[in-house]
Amino acid sequence: MSAVIEQHHDDHDHHGPAKGIMRWVLTTNHKDIGSMYLWFSFAMFLLGGSFALVIRAELFQPGLQIVEPSFFNQMTTMHGLIMVFGAVMPAFVGLANWLVPMMIGAPDMALPRMNNYSFWILPFAFTMLASTLLMEGGAPNFGWTFYAPLSTDFGPPSTTYFIFAVHLMGISSIMGSINVIVTILNMRAPGMTLMQMPLFVWTWLITAYLLIAVMPVLAGVVTMMLMDIHFGTAFFNAGGGGDPVLFQHVFWFFGHPEVYIMILPAFGVVSAIIPTFARKRLFGYASMVYATASIAFLSFIVWAHHMFTVGMPLAGELYFMYATMLIAVPTGVKVFNWVATMWRGSMTFETPMLFAIAFVILFTIGGLSGLMLSIAPADFQYHDTYFVVAHFHYVLVPGSVFSIMAAVYYWIPKWTGNMYSETLGKVHFWLSFIGINVLFFPQHFIGLAGMPRRIPDYALQFADYNMISTVGAFIFGFSQLLFLFIVVKCVYGGKKATAQVWEGAHGLEWTVPSPAPYHTFSTPPKVDLQEAHG
Amino acid sequence: METGKQHKWLVALSLLFSATYAHADWTVNMRRGVTEISRQVFDLHMTIFWVCVVIGVVVFGIMLISMLMHRKSLGAEPATFHDNTTIEIAWTVIPVIILVVMAIPATQTLSAMYDTGDAEIDIEVRGFQWKWQYTYLNEDPAKEVKFTSSILTPAEEIQNRVAKREHYLLDVDNELVIPINTRIRFLITSQDVIHAWWVPDFAVKKDAVPGYVHEAWTVVEETGVYRGQCAELCGKDHGFMPIVVRVVEQDEYETWMAEKQQEAADVFAIVGKEWGMDELMEEGEAVYARNCATCHQTNGQGLPPAFPSLVGQGLSVGPVQDHIDIIVNGKPGSAMQAFGAQLNAAEIAAVTTYERNAWGNNTGDMVQPKVINDQLAGQ
Repeated sequence: MSAVIEQHHDDHDHHGPAKGIMRWVLTTNHKDIGSMYLWFSFAMFLLGGSFALVIRAELFQPGLQIVEPSFFNQMTTMHGLIMVFGAVMPAFVGLANWLVPMMIGAPDMALPRMNNYSFWILPFAFTMLASTLLMEGGAPNFGWTFYAPLSTDFGPPSTTYFIFAVHLMGISSIMGSINVIVTILNMRAPGMTLMQMPLFVWTWLITAYLLIAVMPVLAGVVTMMLMDIHFGTAFFNAGGGGDPVLFQHVFWFFGHPEVYIMILPAFGVVSAIIPTFARKRLFGYASMVYATASIAFLSFIVWAHHMFTVGMPLAGELYFMYATMLIAVPTGVKVFNWVATMWRGSMTFETPMLFAIAFVILFTIGGLSGLMLSIAPADFQYHDTYFVVAHFHYVLVPGSVFSIMAAVYYWIPKWTGNMYSETLGKVHFWLSFIGINVLFFPQHFIGLAGMPRRIPDYALQFADYNMISTVGAFIFGFSQLLFLFIVVKCVYGGKKATAQVWEGAHGLEWTVPSPAPYHTFSTPPKVDLQEAHG
Repeated sequence: METGKQHKWLVALSLLFSATYAHADWTVNMRRGVTEISRQVFDLHMTIFWVCVVIGVVVFGIMLISMLMHRKSLGAEPATFHDNTTIEIAWTVIPVIILVVMAIPATQTLSAMYDTGDAEIDIEVRGFQWKWQYTYLNEDPAKEVKFTSSILTPAEEIQNRVAKREHYLLDVDNELVIPINTRIRFLITSQDVIHAWWVPDFAVKKDAVPGYVHEAWTVVEETGVYRGQCAELCGKDHGFMPIVVRVVEQDEYETWMAEKQQEAADVFAIVGKEWGMDELMEEGEAVYARNCATCHQTNGQGLPPAFPSLVGQGLSVGPVQDHIDIIVNGKPGSAMQAFGAQLNAAEIAAVTTYERNAWGNNTGDMVQPKVINDQLAGQ
């Protein structure tokens, strides 16, 4: 296989990367764009993380020490927006760019020019969003969920910039997902049927459909806000005949699929890594695909479980409770499949595997607290407390973020041609693993004990766990600098990686040399059915 | 050796924390509460919690065994199975059964929570940025008791200038008082943004949404003081709008209610009389501290641009009627609330007078409660 590639590569020497900065500005190469997405998302991860550290530092002790309540609210809002739209989503798009063409044997993404645009919108969108911190009246301060009328009639002047930034992010996401869908449906190597695609490709295909379905809803809701703020409409103003609860329904119709947008590709990553290091085929491939599709479908019909206390009628309340409980079934199937894949394998525990196993355990903890939250009467006590904060951070940080780190460690030898430092990788893993649990586990307790979320100061009975949580936050936060060091070190050198990199790795991306040449699969590869999805 | 070291380290750490807040109690679980509903909710919580623990122990246990036994370093050879229809059906069907069993008691409790009929006392709960207003609804409007309930914790404690007392951030000036073993209905709404009224011991949490009146109910079975907080982000001082409910015996409630009704009558009398400048300034300073100082600051300088300064500029030194209007009606689209619904005529007159004469504003204007009262009545 690789012989074919190299020979072909020789024919196209003049198609190497351009020189200088313009290579990155004008590039239409899926690998370049993938790298830019990943670096951009890491920069946003550090920015959003630094906001989180401001929050945790203020909450280290009761009383106000470091920031004023109004700035605290700006920090919680910007932390959420930047992590969701700036860190997690672009990281998965970056992984899709690098991996989808190589996994399906395509030479590039189907729409390379649009790929370039969809990336380059992001720096402008986030510069606009971050610049609100410097504006008079401060940045958005109404939480990442920006509930009306707090965000409309009562929002700071910078809300308009926030709205346009969200529009830009939406355009970028929609263009990115169109690209993913077109690529996957049209550019698979001959012989690769849908049910032979690697699970990462499957989860991204489904994620892309979710994005196309819900990003316009987000654009709609912020446009209605824009109208309310500047053009005298009253979509969300009860005084003008509008409805503040309508905002929440529209927002969460976007918002619930959105949280699955941030986790489905993670399922794909973990489904690639665990079989490799267990040296055993993924258990229940078909059921994984069906479970992913079921979760995606359910994500559209459960949105109001974020609104159990908003005063819905009993029938609505019951419906959303039952529908939400159902999500546990396909999610359980996925977890059981991963465990069954590990069972009677021949496991080794390199850094990607450590992150993947931590993902399965900690994501499951987040899933189980999600099951608790689905019980509507109990949710009356959990809602808007730190229990919820603990829940969604367990699924997002040791969930999505760990899967992204696992993916970087797993594929970086393919990207750079060098092995990362296994010792440092393990140190990074253990610091992150300990840090994250010290950070978020105690938040379950303070939430159950009654501490509301999004408050800059708290009653004395919550002091101990808040202090522990802050210690964990700083351990986790600063260990990410080690991650940066490991990645940079790996880019500049290290033990040379083989084409297959990992003994148990299967799939088309492992058939090209390491580092992957600038152009791969200019002629379609022959698909070995056994190889395709491990 | 290794574990001994670790243990010592943990002890040292816990000593450090307990030394810092020796008085804090380590609560790690939801409260059982003091109502039938709150106990049902607690039981549901514990049931689903143990279900999750069992699932977790089984799944993580199998993973752990696998990680310990099925290692390449131990010479484990990978098996080749990758499908098993029986087990896949089992782990789909068993969770469904668990969920159905769980859904039955959850549905019963939820239905009970939604049955808000037959209340003996109706209390309107109205959220403001950043305080609560309670109105005991009465068929005779003259007997309607209405008051606001704001945080009592002084700024000095929040700013760490003095030691924090018990019930830090959870103390209010006027507690909501309700009788024991009586079915109370709360009619929950908001004047500005969305708040949420939450008393954990009653398992009552309901969003206060402008334009909606949501219902919740409770029957409290133990006397005592129960504390909660606003649970929906509502702006700058979201963390500083506690809820305190005092549950008392029936006769104590009746005495309290009679007193409150007398006070309401007294206010009418006070409004009727002619006030002196000193009286207005003294009352005005107190009203200002309770209602205005969070935004416009004690020194009147505000926090521009969101909260404008009142010193030597704007309506405080402009036409008197415009000044009264903005206090009574607020400024739509800004954080400036309509205080006409929250303050009585004497308080509005006093605070207007205070703002026009404090901090060197010295307009010399005096506003009489009677004038305000006539204006409010005319609205």
